[in-house]
Amino acid sequence: MTGHGFDVEQVRKDFPILQRRLAEDRPLVYLDSANTSQKPQSVIDTLTEHYERHNANVARAVHQLGEESTAAFEGARDKIAAFIGAPSRDEIIFTRGITEAINLVSNVLAWADEPYRVGPGDEVVVTEMEHHSNIVPWQLLTQRTGATLKWFGITDDGRLDLSNIDELITERTKVVSLVHVSNMLGTINPVAEIARRAKAVGALVVLDAAQAGPQLPYDVMETGADLIGFTGHKLLGPTGIGVLWGRSEVLAALPPFHGGGEMIEDVRMERSTYAPAPHKFEAGTPPIAQAIGLGAAIDYLSALGMENVAAHEQAITGYALERMLEVPGVRILGPTDMVDRGGAISFTMEGLHPHDISQVLDSYGIAVRGGHHCAKPAHRRLGAQSSTRVSGYLYTTEAEIDAMIEGLHQVRKFFGVA
Amino acid sequence: MQLQQMYQEIILDHYKNPHGRGLRDPFDAESFQVNPTCGDEVTLRVKLDGDKVADVSYEGQGCSISQASTSVLTDLVVGRDVAAALSTMDAFVELMQGRGQVEPDEDVLEDGIAFAGVAKYPARVKCALLGWMAFKDAVARSGEGVTAR
Repeated sequence: MTGHGFDVEQVRKDFPILQRRLAEDRPLVYLDSANTSQKPQSVIDTLTEHYERHNANVARAVHQLGEESTAAFEGARDKIAAFIGAPSRDEIIFTRGITEAINLVSNVLAWADEPYRVGPGDEVVVTEMEHHSNIVPWQLLTQRTGATLKWFGITDDGRLDLSNIDELITERTKVVSLVHVSNMLGTINPVAEIARRAKAVGALVVLDAAQAGPQLPYDVMETGADLIGFTGHKLLGPTGIGVLWGRSEVLAALPPFHGGGEMIEDVRMERSTYAPAPHKFEAGTPPIAQAIGLGAAIDYLSALGMENVAAHEQAITGYALERMLEVPGVRILGPTDMVDRGGAISFTMEGLHPHDISQVLDSYGIAVRGGHHCAKPAHRRLGAQSSTRVSGYLYTTEAEIDAMIEGLHQVRKFFGVA
Repeated sequence: MQLQQMYQEIILDHYKNPHGRGLRDPFDAESFQVNPTCGDEVTLRVKLDGDKVADVSYEGQGCSISQASTSVLTDLVVGRDVAAALSTMDAFVELMQGRGQVEPDEDVLEDGIAFAGVAKYPARVKCALLGWMAFKDAVARSGEGVTAR
């Protein structure tokens, strides 16, 4: 399969796990990339090489290994800054993942100075299509500070309902935090438009780019947001590494999150002063190998070209949607065409439970996700208790989608609903 | 094929034609249980008559394993002494947590032995136990559980 700037069959050879055969010697069909992506050999090799040859703590050691490790770690920061269009490398904060990135923001806002502090009478706005990691941290913040949590609803076709934006975003709004590309519905949200409205009332704009980062060419400045969370493992990188990008002036104004080594300027028994960003937010030994591995993942994606990756994602998702709608009883939760749509496809099947669907598909070597995908409110809103989710990535082929479709027919047959 | 090992005919039969389904009055205690990993839910009511389980009624959304397991539960506990029902539950829990190593006793578990294959799939064990956890909780809430054990 070619035509999107790279040869998918060639790409697949870079991912050793895709050679696996399972379920009675069938090829693995991995359609769970919104959950976590597979890793190319270059990322695996980078991790191994770091531990075999360069392992040392960063920014603490004068010895040669320390220099090498620090150079690779800080080099990864440069790569990430370039990859997402950050004006400065100092705007890239390494976290353990996007969950920590969002919790960092939601925590420090409780004790930040004005104008950022969230307190009684203030409002935080999220949406009903958020991953739990962009709901619960804001519930914790508003409950602890006496602020109020509000949210945009979802339309029946899985888009944000912006009809009441004037009531939701007001002069009381301190934060608007939303997902750029939904992990469940696939919806690509009009973040720049919402950011513009939020900025007009002086609110801070936070984006969850866990799915957008791997799928779209990204330019943080175009989003209009102040703070954006990314995660490494959905973007060909290792687990345990994420990124919080923030505008320099916002990061300079926000107080530290964790206290510890490396985030300080001076420590006395009475009080301490803090390092400037990004180190102010990076207490303790960071995930060094993981950050370097993420740098290798970004090298891989950049070599393919994110425009090409996005084009492939669009093509393969469009093909999957078209074929899935042929299967009797399938209901897609979220947009059914490719207008402002990313790669995750969640669906229900009449008379069949997602666990049973996933189990039968697994017996054919097809990996999908069944459950609520950490988006229970969105499921509840669309009248589904749970769903099955198919999500491809740059290594996904039409033949794999065909195998999944055949699998869905088998599921119907097995449970006698065909 | 492994699939048939998990989805025994008995399980599929209970799934398609569940026994005792629906919430009924009167009842002594009710329990709501949710499987946080998938969102499956069950609401289960227990009606006791002295130390006998007079009725178990339930409503819920769940996969074939959780639905069939709750259906089998009603067969195994309704009409029995609370103590006997709880001891059957212990046998079922032991089977499910046995990672496929426990040989089930058909005299005790009846249709429940069909779940032996499910025990080999750790991700699905919680499904099979959902209704049973609701039963245990409901019995405890009815005030019988602690003394009966």
